[in-house]
Formats: sequence, C-alpha cells, structure tokens
Amino acid sequence: MALPPLTPVFVGSLWRRRTASALSVLAIALGVALGLAVQIINGAALDEFDRGMRVVAGEADLQVLGPGSGFDDSLFETLALHPLVAAASPVVEITARRIDGAGELRILGIDILRVVAVNPKLIPVPADGADGDARFAAFRQDALFPSPALQQALGVVPGEHVLVAAGQGRARLEVAGGLPGMAGERVAVMDIHAVQTGFGMAARLTRVDLRLRDGVGSDAAREALVSLLPPGVRLGAPDESAARAASLSRAYRVNLTMLAVIALVTGGFLVFSTQALSVARRQTEFAFLRAIGLDRATLMRWILAEGLVLGAVGGALGCALGYGFAALVFSLLGGDLGAGYFDGTEPSIYIAPVASLAFVSLGVAAGLLGSWAPARAAARIAPALALKGATLVGAAHHPGHAVAALVCFAAAGLAAALPPVDGIPVAGYAAIALILAGGVLALGGLSAWLAARMPARHVATRLASARLQAMPGHVVVAAAGVMASAALAVAMAIMVASFRDSVDQWLDRVLPAALYLRAAESDQAAYLDPATQRRIAAIEGVSAVDFLRYDTIRLGADGGAVTLIARPVSDDGRELPLVGAARPVAQPVWISEALADRLGVGTGDALEIPLAGALHAFTVAGVWRDYARQTGALVLPLARYRQLTGDARANNAALHLALETDAATVAGRIRAHFGAERFELSAPDEIRRISLRIFDRTFAVTYLLEAAAVAIGLAGIAASFAAMAAARRKEFGMLRHLGLSRRQVGAMIAAEGGLTAAAGAVGGSGLGFAIALVLVEVVNRQSFHWSMDYRIPLLPIGVFLTALTVLAAVAAVLAGRHAMGGSAVRAVSEDW
Amino acid sequence: MGLLRLLVLCLPLVVWAADYPPVRPGVPLSLPEDHGAHPRYRTEWWYVTGWLRDGEGGERGFQITFFRARTGIGEATPGRFSPAQLIFAHAAIADPASGRLRHDQRSARASGRLAGSATGRLDAWLGPWVLRAEGDGFVARAAGDGFALDLRLDPRAAPMPNGADGYSQKGPEPRHASYYYSLPALAVTGEITLDGSAIPVSGEAWMDHEWSSELMPESAVGWDWVGLNLADGGAAMAFRMRDAEGRVVWAGGTLRAADGQARALSPPEVEFAPRRRWTSPRSGAEYPVEWDIRLADRQLRLTPLMDDQELDARASTGAVYWEGAVRAFDGETPVGRGYLEMTGYTERLRM
Repeated sequence: MALPPLTPVFVGSLWRRRTASALSVLAIALGVALGLAVQIINGAALDEFDRGMRVVAGEADLQVLGPGSGFDDSLFETLALHPLVAAASPVVEITARRIDGAGELRILGIDILRVVAVNPKLIPVPADGADGDARFAAFRQDALFPSPALQQALGVVPGEHVLVAAGQGRARLEVAGGLPGMAGERVAVMDIHAVQTGFGMAARLTRVDLRLRDGVGSDAAREALVSLLPPGVRLGAPDESAARAASLSRAYRVNLTMLAVIALVTGGFLVFSTQALSVARRQTEFAFLRAIGLDRATLMRWILAEGLVLGAVGGALGCALGYGFAALVFSLLGGDLGAGYFDGTEPSIYIAPVASLAFVSLGVAAGLLGSWAPARAAARIAPALALKGATLVGAAHHPGHAVAALVCFAAAGLAAALPPVDGIPVAGYAAIALILAGGVLALGGLSAWLAARMPARHVATRLASARLQAMPGHVVVAAAGVMASAALAVAMAIMVASFRDSVDQWLDRVLPAALYLRAAESDQAAYLDPATQRRIAAIEGVSAVDFLRYDTIRLGADGGAVTLIARPVSDDGRELPLVGAARPVAQPVWISEALADRLGVGTGDALEIPLAGALHAFTVAGVWRDYARQTGALVLPLARYRQLTGDARANNAALHLALETDAATVAGRIRAHFGAERFELSAPDEIRRISLRIFDRTFAVTYLLEAAAVAIGLAGIAASFAAMAAARRKEFGMLRHLGLSRRQVGAMIAAEGGLTAAAGAVGGSGLGFAIALVLVEVVNRQSFHWSMDYRIPLLPIGVFLTALTVLAAVAAVLAGRHAMGGSAVRAVSEDW
Repeated sequence: MGLLRLLVLCLPLVVWAADYPPVRPGVPLSLPEDHGAHPRYRTEWWYVTGWLRDGEGGERGFQITFFRARTGIGEATPGRFSPAQLIFAHAAIADPASGRLRHDQRSARASGRLAGSATGRLDAWLGPWVLRAEGDGFVARAAGDGFALDLRLDPRAAPMPNGADGYSQKGPEPRHASYYYSLPALAVTGEITLDGSAIPVSGEAWMDHEWSSELMPESAVGWDWVGLNLADGGAAMAFRMRDAEGRVVWAGGTLRAADGQARALSPPEVEFAPRRRWTSPRSGAEYPVEWDIRLADRQLRLTPLMDDQELDARASTGAVYWEGAVRAFDGETPVGRGYLEMTGYTERLRM
C-alpha cells in the first residue's frame, strides 16, 4: 500500500520531535499496559478460581451448602435417596494448622465411594507402595492426599508424615498419595469419617454435591429439595461461589483500573501538549500547505492522524507491556496483586482478546482526543497571517471556560450522590471525570490568578508573570498533564492514607485486650471447649477473659456466607467500632456495614438469624465498621448465642491481664500449661503489625504505579518546555538584544516553568482533595461496603507538590538552555 | 466367587488389628438365620447367577451380587460415614443379541437406609438395589447403565451346604476356608429392562452365600469356578485355585443328585481341562471359554452362551475377569446350565 504523499510531512514530524513523541507514547503505553494487566491478572485469577470452584464441585448440578460449623449429617440420607438425585457426595471441609512446620491445609473429608460419581477430580490416588488396594488406602484414617500444589507448598512427598491440628484434634497423617485432579489447587482430601471424628466435626457435613437424574432441571430440583433443608443450609449452583468471588475482587480491580485511567488521561494530556506545541511550531508550514491548496478538513485529518499514530503505537506497546507486567506480577504477588482474595490458586496467563482490543482502542482514543483541539486550532489558522509570523496556538482561554468548569464541578457533586449500578460505582467514576474536566477548564484562569499574585521584583519573574497572565492558554498546554497526574496521585494518596489510618484506629478498637489466643489459624473448626476455657481463665495473671465464637452462617435472599461472631458485648455495643447511631434493643445483633448494605437493613430493623437449625428473631442494635470480612459479619452476645445453640465452645480468647503482669509472662505460663503448640498466642501489637504489613503490601503496587504516572507527567512538562523554548528562540534572541543577560532569560524560563508547574500542582491537589472525597465516600463505600475517615497526609503531599514544582522549573531551564544556545542575532533574524 | 470377591479379599493388610473370627469346621449351618449377614467376618457375599428366557424363547444370562466387607477401620468411632462395613453390589445381563455384557456396579459404606445388610434374614441393600427375603423366596432388584433387573426367586430344592457341612476349605491349610452354602434350582420370574424396553422373563438361578475371614491361600493368583443346575434336578459346584504357573493349589466341589443326595468332592476328584480359548480384544487376556471338567466320575463339557462375557472393570476396581452363562453337556446331550467364573487371567492378583 502506497502511503499518501503528505505522510512524511505530518506523521514524519513525529519522528523529528521524537523525545516528545516517545513520552506521549510511553504515557499511553503505561495506561494501556496497566489497565490490561489488571484485567488479565484478575481475569486469569478469576478464571482459575472459577475453574477451581468447578473442579471442586465437579459435575455437581447443585450443592447443598451449610455454615462453617456444618449441619447434621442425617440430611445426607434424605438427599441421597431423593428420587430426583442420581448421586450425592458428602463433604466436610476443615482448615487445619500444621504443627511440625508452617502452613495451613484445606482438607476436604470425602467419601471416596460417592465422590466418584459426582466429582471424579477429588479421587485420591495412592502412591506406589501404599498398603493394599488403591481404593482401600483412601479409607485409612491417617491417610492424607494433598494436591501437587499443596505438596509443594508443604514441602512433603508421599510417604512422609505431617502433624496437623484442627478443632480439638491433632493427628499425625501420612501423605499416602496425591490428588492429581486438583493440580492447581492447594487442597487435600481425607476419609470423611476421619475428618468428622478426628477434628471435632462429628456427625457434621459442610456441603453435599448433588448430581441430578438425567432430564431433571436444577430449578425443579431446587423447588423439591429446598423444603428439606434446615435453616442456615441452602442450595446453590456451583457457579454462584465463583460469582461471589468475582464481585469481591471486582472492588479491588476497579481501584486498580482507576490507576490505569490516570495513566491514560495523563497520556492524553501529553499528546495534547506535544501536539499543541508542534502545531504552533509548524504554523508556517501549515499556512504554506493551505496556501498551495490543502483544505482545512484535510489538514485537520492529518494532524489527527499523527495523534492516531501516537495512540496506536502506545496502545500496541502497552499491550505487550501489559502481558509482560501481568506475568511479572503473577510470579511476584499472585493473582490478586497481593490482596489475598485468591489464596490457594495458581493462575496462569491467558490471552484476553476483548480486553486487549478495548485497551488498545482506549490508547488510540487518548491519542486522537489529545490531538483534537490542536488540530482544530491548526485548521483555523488564517494562512496569510500565519505565513508572516508565528503565534503559539493552543487551547485559547476565554471567560466561558470558567462557567463550564463550574458546571462540571456541580455535575460531579450530583453524580457523587447517585447509587451504584450493579455494585459498581459508575456515577462515582463519572464524578471523578467531571472534576478532572472542570479542573482543566479552570486551569488557565487559575494560572493567571496565581501569576498576578506573584511577587515581581525581578525582570525575569515580571516577564514570566506577564506572559502567563497574557497567554493562559499556554499554561494549559504545558500544565494539563501535570495537573491530571498530580490530581490523581494526590487523590490516591489521600484515599490510601485515610484507609490506612482508619484501619489503624479500627485495629485499636477491635484489639483492646493484652493477649490473644486462638486454637488454629482462620479455622471455624478449632475450638476451646468449656474445660479448656476454664483452665485458660484460671491462669495466673489473667484478670478477665472474653471468649469469642466464630461461625459462618448463610443469610439473605442470595444465601451468601456471613461471619457470625458471638462475644461478650455490652447492651450499647460500646466494644464495637460502631458507626452512626446505635440503640439498645431487646434481642440485639450488631451487623457490619457490608451486611447492612447487602441486606438493606439498618439500626432498629428486625433480622432473622438461623442458629442451630432454627430461625431466631433479632433486632439490629447498631452497625459497625469491619475491614476484615467483606462478605459481611454480625455480632451476637455470647450468652445469648450459647443459650440458643447450646454450643459452649469458643474459637478465640481475648485475655485481660492483671496489673503489673506482662503479656510475655502470661504467654509463657499458657505455653507451660498447655504445651507450646496448642495455641497461637499473639499480642495486639503483633496483630496490628501483621495487619498493616498486609495492608501495605496490598497497596505497594498502587504506590509504584502512581510514581510511574507522575514521572511521566513530569517528563511531559520537560518535553513541552523544550518544544516551547524551541518555538520561542526568536523571543529569547529579542530579549537578549534588549539587554537581558543569558542568566536573566534562564531565570525567566525557570520562573515560567515553576509557575506553570505550580499552577498544575496547586490545581491538581485541589482536584485531588475533591477526587479523594469521591473515592472515600462514594467509590470505596460502594465497592467495598466500608466507610473510612477522611485524612489528608499533608506533609507527603506538600513535599510531593514542592518537588514537582522544583523539578518542573529545572526541566524548563534545561529545555530552555538548548534554545538559548545559538547566537541572539541569528535567532532573531532566522525568520526574516 | 467374582470380581468383587477379589476386591474384598484385597482389603488392605493394615486391618490386621481387627479381630476377625476364624472359619472352623464343625459349625452347623442354621437357616434361615444364616441367610443374613455375619458382620464380624471379614468378607461375605450373596451371589445370584442364572439363565432367563423371554416370551420369544430368547435366552440371556444374569447376575446380581451383594458383598459385605468389614474393613476394621474406624470401628472405635461410630458415625454415619464410618468405613467399618462396606457394601458393594454388581449386576450384569449377558445378552447374545447385543453380543456383550451389560453390567454396572455400586459401592457404599453401610449406613442406615443408604446401604447395609441385615443379620438374621437375607436383606442386603445399596440405594435402590436390593436382595432380600420375601415370603418363601427372595426378590432381587438392580438398575444400571441401560438395563434393569426386577426378579423374584423361589427355591424349589433344599439348600446345599458345600464342603464339610458348610465348611469349605480353599487351600492346603485349613485356615483358608469359608462358610459356604448354595441355593440351586431357584425358579425365576420377573422382568428385565434393556434400553428402556421391559421384557417379562422366567428361568432358573443359583445363589451362593459365603463368608470368611481368610480365604485365599498366599500362593493363589486366581480361580476357576462353576455352578450348574442340572436338567435332572441335580446340582454341581466345582472350583480350583491356581498359582502363578497355572498349577492347582486347591480344588473342591459338591455334586448333588436329583434325589438330594450330595457328596463333597476332594481336590483329586475335581479336574478342569481347557478345550477352547478366546482372546479378549479389549484386555488381551486369553480365557478358556470351553472346558472339559471332571467331578468324581461325572464328565461334563462346558460351552459359553457367548464368548465375550468379560468384565473390564479396570476403571473402577482395577481388575478384569470373565463371568458368564454356560451350558453343560454330557457328550452331545445338554444336561444343565449355570455360570462359569475365571479370574486372574490378566495379571497377578494382589493379596
């Protein structure tokens, strides 16, 4: 295909200003790469999770799902013999803690004779040399069959033994073989009876997988089976768990996609800057082309084509980077960027054609939109005028912009008040876009206002100030990119700081005791029985003990899992991190914000809770903040829970110590009394440190990406100034002729640069405060269902803005030095 | 005997700890109570095989079997999913028209209504599959992949204890033995279903009931077994255990005349001589599908209803064997019909 004859003139110009072009391409590439990587990573992790769920569920058409403490296993017989059921496979799931090493084991107790017909991937395969027939090795009560991934994680091979504990039980298990059907999952199977009797789950099941008879629809089966289930046990299709996981990680993904958008917007503004400046430099060129017959529309199309090339190259590069980045992140952090949603899955990169195309298109759009205003400006040039003398065109500033900016801000305020769409805070994002748009529109006015207030003692600063007031459009050209990246960086910084601060305070609130004790890590099946509880309370130096009982129940129309916490709590719930009004009621339950949102209930509303197979009426006494459980949690008074369920066990204990006793001493006594490995003991400081470390790890990626976006924004300002300085060589020559020293011209350029960047930075931080408010109050509240206290990290933001301004000034000087290099005489005369 | 018998015999040796009662001679059978299960013994089976005739004269073989296995695992801790007692069941129809065996199997832990075997009377069940005493006879029901059986079995002759009044020795050492009796000449009525179409049938069947704790001698790798309802009203059972080289480790049998006089056969009185072999296209195993057998002074020739009655159960149980309907001839005269079982022809069976 032959290129049109003007290709070298236009697209070729991108090559002639390759530094600026490269920066634009880089910014777009970063945005595309980031956005795409987030999609790929989450897609792959979700895919893996989904596959994992399907593998776990096998060919099951329906699953009967119970609370974490399980349901009575007499239900199994009813289900298995039901005429609509072709095959049923019982499962009792526990999480066990490894004693003779680090690690947790998710163990599924299965009936090998029944799992075959429903879920063949869970069939354990005994290692060679195991005793007896393959099918009978799986009945051995000490035989553990970990998946390859779990064997690797535990560092064990068949024939070796592991010592594990869960519930009140501990057992020395032989790795009797593997679980090849679950290659990517970290899971092990054991005989169902061994799990039930060995780990405190006697006569309990947590799940039954059902395969229906041929021709029986799952809706019909649901209708027939649902009446057989006790409260708290529900029917689900295997894919519903995957959907819940997706909606959980979606909240995290939207925040990361937000960062991708930052980079793309920055890239768009950089294209705008370089194109505006390049158009200004090439005015004479364009005037000449127009004079020899090139019409306006064609000229405009050519300039847009330049933007298209920048966008396409950036998009293609970003696409490649995105896959590389995703692969890197996978190997370093895992499928959820360290957020911990997909524990136990090992995803692999996959090709996402739709997402790839979408993000490349966004890159192209950024290039095109960035070129739009400069292209229009170039097309409007009057050839005769432009042939005589060049003036910098850009986004001209006029008073109408201030009105438009106000309209944008007002619209943003309205959008922020709208509810989420399908769980995604769409209106919140719209509000952020409107705030950015309003900021760009107001930027010219802001910089003029700022320049007018600048102390003008020196010639150089007076000149700079005068120039910025006279031609605010130029500021917009140079500073728009800075403002966008500064705004979003500041917003993210405030959001993360608010979040971290709130988590910190929340940890204070939920960890009031001096020492915490638990039987096994994150395990509902780990108990402290009443005798153990009494022994703990009797330890010397312990003044009081709060015992906590955890369970998972299913609540609401969707039957989603909810964490039940039974603990000693005052009538007013003062021990809980309550938000909003609380009131004392007769049968109180305190629900977390996530649960309040999901169920649509609030303080004073009635709530029926399934406990021990029966529904009980409660009233919501208050809503509390919970950063730990996004699916929702509720708190019941321990005494009431025990009265209703007869379950006197506890999972955790919070120990309050007598005065002049320290936690380490008491911990030592507990270890001496119960053995060193029986409990995990932790001091609140330690829990807090671990929690905050997890938090920081989760957000480490966001800091990194923010830095990249800002660096590119800064490079953009340097490129803009370089281009601008080149266009103004004549002006600099003139100033030298008028008697200004080279130093004075340099100072003028630095002042212009600093002022421009300051305008961008000040404007950006203002926008950042507003955007952060939207992120905290709207986006996070709607995506994660938790509130946080707005906190501005003033010092880091101040340092950041100052550094940005200084760096911009330095960049401007460096860019200007090149332009001042030539002889003043030649510079003035070259255009004549 | 049968595949699942093998399976049951292959129970892991980790179960030594369990106190399995030994099988000793001189314990008289007590029927009908002994039709029921003997859960303290390691293994037990009720094995029904027979010939069916439909209204058009078409002949088919059938088999329906229940096994009980005491694993010795998890007996100390009761629970619905205790693997202490396992129940297996197996059903098959040999249909010459389709040229292959229809078969299916089930297995489960003994637990409530899901699966189990009662003591004191014949009642074994595994989901909807049952073999149970009803009136003076029994009912057998099973439905598998593309076929179903729903049969009534009525005894027309007295039970036939094998060996020494029901003590059946299986090897040179007396400890390798089972309690074993047969119910020959069971009149069959009922219905089978093949690919959705119900076919009324009648015929004649044979039931073995056998329980033991230690059955197979260490040197044995497989066995040949036959049970025949003779046309004159008599019955014949014979088996031999083979070692890896094909030599006879032990043999035995029972020959009962039409008048009910039965005699137990000692090892030298039982001979199996292959006449024609058939090679399975699936497993590659070579089975002697036609035999000359000698039971004391009685010489019989066995020919199969069809050659391919091999059961390939490697996918589920890991074993391949031949279990099929046979006709018995005395010279050229048909003198009876029954079932032949040949195991250990593909690979050495683990004990």
